[in-house]
Amino acid sequence: MTVRVQYEDFDLGAEILKLRHGNSKIGAIASFVGLVRDLNDNARVAEMTLEHYPGMTEKALAEILEQAKQRWCIIDALVIHRVGPLKPADQIVLVAVSSAHRGAAFAACEFIMDYLKTRAPFWKKEQTEAGARWVDAHESDEAAAQRWV
Amino acid sequence: MITLLYFARLRESFGISSEQAHPPAHVVDVRSLTEWLRQRGGAWQEELAQNRPVRVAVNQDMAAPDRAVCDGDEIAFFPPVTGG
Repeated sequence: MTVRVQYEDFDLGAEILKLRHGNSKIGAIASFVGLVRDLNDNARVAEMTLEHYPGMTEKALAEILEQAKQRWCIIDALVIHRVGPLKPADQIVLVAVSSAHRGAAFAACEFIMDYLKTRAPFWKKEQTEAGARWVDAHESDEAAAQRWV
Repeated sequence: MITLLYFARLRESFGISSEQAHPPAHVVDVRSLTEWLRQRGGAWQEELAQNRPVRVAVNQDMAAPDRAVCDGDEIAFFPPVTGG
């Protein structure tokens, strides 16, 4: 189980290769990559800045992975979340889960993302044509997380 | 003494990201700490108003209003999270 919060970009292929390397019990890897969109709430986004709470963010992510491991028979899981300034089309987040069978990998990957969006301390600030604004939390994200309770 | 941390919109509104504080004896939990900070007025009163969706973490765990506040604690105030 690996958690990384970093300014640098990540390489999905390289991360998956590391996740599956040398473990022939793995029959499935599901992954999710989140990207910066150029349009949010009807405003053009020129740049976005991701802020986090060093220490708590890593701890919250590790707890989410631990919960996933208790809920499904997964072999390993990885979360990489970027912070700092990002541009449209940049990668923000990677979640990857390995398991023996696809069902657990798919479910755990979705669970980790839903919990990350509502429980991990990150905050987005967008630079738009109308100025800078903090992104508001969406009720639909909380509803998505509640599906797993 | 406790350590207070502020993130995102709260950090900008308050103009500080952290401070050391010595709250009075009647501050015993997250609820009374928030009320004490609200009494600073201005941005504090506005951002920590009861209808604002402020989240609180004590020692890096999400905390309910009745969570005890003890000497040496690290208490963070922030808006609902928006990562991912």
